[in-house]
Order: sequence, then C-alpha cells, then structure tokens
Amino acid sequence: MPLRTTQRSIQLVGDRTLRIVERIGAIMVFLGMILMRSGTSFRRFGLVIREVFFAGVQSLIIILVSGLFVGMVLGLQGHETLQNYGSEESVGVLVALSLVRELGPVVSALLFASRAGSAITAEIGLMKATEQLSAMEMMAVSPISRVVAPRFWGGVLSLPLLSMLFSAMGIIGGFLVAVVLIGVDDGAFWSQMQAAVDFSHDVMNGIIKSVVFGIAVSAIATFEGYEAPPTAEGVSGATTRTVVSSSLAILALDLVLTAFMLKGWN
Amino acid sequence: MERSTLNLWVGFFVLLGFFSFLMLAFKVGNLSAGGSGSSYSVVAHFDNIGQLKERAPVRSAGVLVGRVSAVSFDLAHYNAEVRLSIDSHYPFPKDTSASVLTSGILGEQYIGLDAGGDDKMLKDGDQIKLTQGAMVLERLIGQFLFNKAQEGGTTDKGGSAK
Repeated sequence: MPLRTTQRSIQLVGDRTLRIVERIGAIMVFLGMILMRSGTSFRRFGLVIREVFFAGVQSLIIILVSGLFVGMVLGLQGHETLQNYGSEESVGVLVALSLVRELGPVVSALLFASRAGSAITAEIGLMKATEQLSAMEMMAVSPISRVVAPRFWGGVLSLPLLSMLFSAMGIIGGFLVAVVLIGVDDGAFWSQMQAAVDFSHDVMNGIIKSVVFGIAVSAIATFEGYEAPPTAEGVSGATTRTVVSSSLAILALDLVLTAFMLKGWN
Repeated sequence: MERSTLNLWVGFFVLLGFFSFLMLAFKVGNLSAGGSGSSYSVVAHFDNIGQLKERAPVRSAGVLVGRVSAVSFDLAHYNAEVRLSIDSHYPFPKDTSASVLTSGILGEQYIGLDAGGDDKMLKDGDQIKLTQGAMVLERLIGQFLFNKAQEGGTTDKGGSAK
C-alpha cells in the first residue's frame, strides 16, 4: 500500500514536470510563429504604436511612482547602514548600482507583467471567447499577425523604456532622500556614482536584461490569451497564469543573465 | 482614441524613455568621463599582482589616468603580465615606474604610476621596466619575524661580546 502511494506521488511529480516542459515548448513554438508573422506589424506600424500606448504609456504612472519610492527607500536604508562605516557619500553608488543592475529591470518587468501582461491576456482571451479570432480567420485575416504580433512588439518596445524610466526615477528618489532630505554632499553623491557605474557593464547590461524580460513577458501574455479556454473561467485562469509564470520566468532569467554578465559569457 | 493623440502620447513616452537613457548614460554612468577617448597601451611585468583585476584603475598622484585592460601569466618569465590602457591626454616618461597598490585598508587594488625624468615618452606597446608587485601580507609578516629574530640574534651576540 505505501509502495503504491509512493509510486503515485512520483508519477504526479513526473506529470507536472512534463506539463511544465510541454508548456515552455509550446510558448517557444508560439514565439517562433509570432516572429514569422510579424511582417504586418512593421508594415502597419500604427498597430504597434497603439499597443505601445496601452502597454507602455498607461503603465507610466505606476512605473514612475514605484521607481521613485523604491529609490527613496534605497536611499534611506543605504544611508542608515553606510553611516555606520562613515561612508554616507557612497549611498549614491548603492542606489544607482542596485537600480541599474537589478531592481530597475526586474521590478519594472514584474509590474509590467501584472499591469500590462494581464491586460493583454484578458483582451486576447476575451476576443477568443467571443469568437472574434475565429471571425478573423473566416475573413482570411491571420489573428496572429493582426492581433497577437502587434501586442507582442508593443510589449517588447515598451518594457526597456519603462525600466530605464524606473531606474532614472529611482535615482532621482535616492537623490531627494539622501541629498535634499538627509544632507549628503551633492558633489560626492554624483561623482562617486559616476566613478562606480560603468556604461557598458552596468547600464547596457540592465537594458539587455529588460529587453529579454520584455520578450518573455509579452510571449507568455499573448500565448496564455491565445490558448485560454474560451470561457469566463478560462480567461480568468489564463490571466492569473500570465502573472505567475511571467514573474517566475523573469526571476529565473534574471538569475541566468546575472550569472553570465558577472562571470563572463564563456 | 484619435490617432494623433495616440501618436502624441507614444511620442512623449519614447522621448521620456530616451531622456532617461541619456541620464543613465551621462549623469549616472561614466560615459561623459571620456571612457571612449583614445588611449595608448603599455605592458608591465609584476612578480605578484595580488587581487588586481581587469578594469582596475591606473592612477598617478591619485588621479585616474587609465585602466588595466588585461591580466595574463607570462610563461617566458613566470610572472604576471599586465596591460595598461592609459588616456592619451597623459603622456608618461619612459622611466616611469608602476606598482600595485591598495586603496584604503580593505579597498580594491590599483596600479600607481610614478613619473620619471626621461625626455622620451612612453609609446603604444612600450614596456614599463621599473615595477613593484603587490604586498603580500604573509610574506610581509614572515619577513618581519625573520628580521626580528635576526635582530634578537645580533643583540644577543652583542650582549655576549660585551
């Protein structure tokens, strides 16, 4: 009897693992399909601009405000710890490096996944549930090139811009707290930051990360919407899955990218 | 929403993103500090470089004049070969000496350059002949103990001679 339950539980683990691998594979195939049918998005760039508006411009407020707050908290916490070592001026370095390398790309991608990714999934899922996608196919319009690809490219273009705005806002927030509020020296704050932050190693790597996250989040969001069961329940489940799996994908990809960026690519 | 309003907002968004990129590059990063300016590279051999890494600063009189571009092991001399890339704004005499120094007690290691008095200047690909490697704490302590023991021996001898 216990042998049987052990067997069952191992079977369950195997089943789950296979499903996850299957899903990753399906997302990759879907990504390839989007890339192959992206021609329309670039010929009619207005479609992509519309999606940049919905994914990017409408996420501006949440990104700017959270960036400012994250930077302010980093400034406060960093100052609190650094003053024990008598190096309050390094708070600029701490704020800038943590934002540009990690927090900017990762937190803005997480916010983007829950703010814009879920909206993309819900929209495409509802279009499928109300048979708008089938109607398009009936008219010989490919829903992937007309509906999915513009949303994908809109997300891929928006996220790097949003994450740069997040980092910039965070650094302004850190500046406000450390220099204006606490009174760390203005010149030392910026000059130490400039000495420590390297353009290609820190800033560019952060942007590369956000491009990768943008591709991952947009692919997952469009995939979940496109594959959602055409019911109210199915769409709500797909929206949840978008947020959960994009967050996991962002964090896992971040670990891999960081490891390569710090230890070199070979 | 009307097309022109949409374009206006997206244009605003893209410009905002572009400005934040410029801020990250020039105000936060070191792109303005002439990182991409022209430089010349010289080679220096050290017995020991300690924890010196690529991209470590090269300073002279405390001012940043360049960076370490490569660190490798020289099989011909069995010592460390360090390639320095120095900003072309700062020519150094041929008999400049280089040493591996540490900033602060626990700080990072960097290369310090002390200018010599030669008329000729270092050119691209030249070698810095006068070098001093990193201080290794164990060797330093060992040397100190050795000296102390020798000192003790000589004073003892001195005492017995008296």
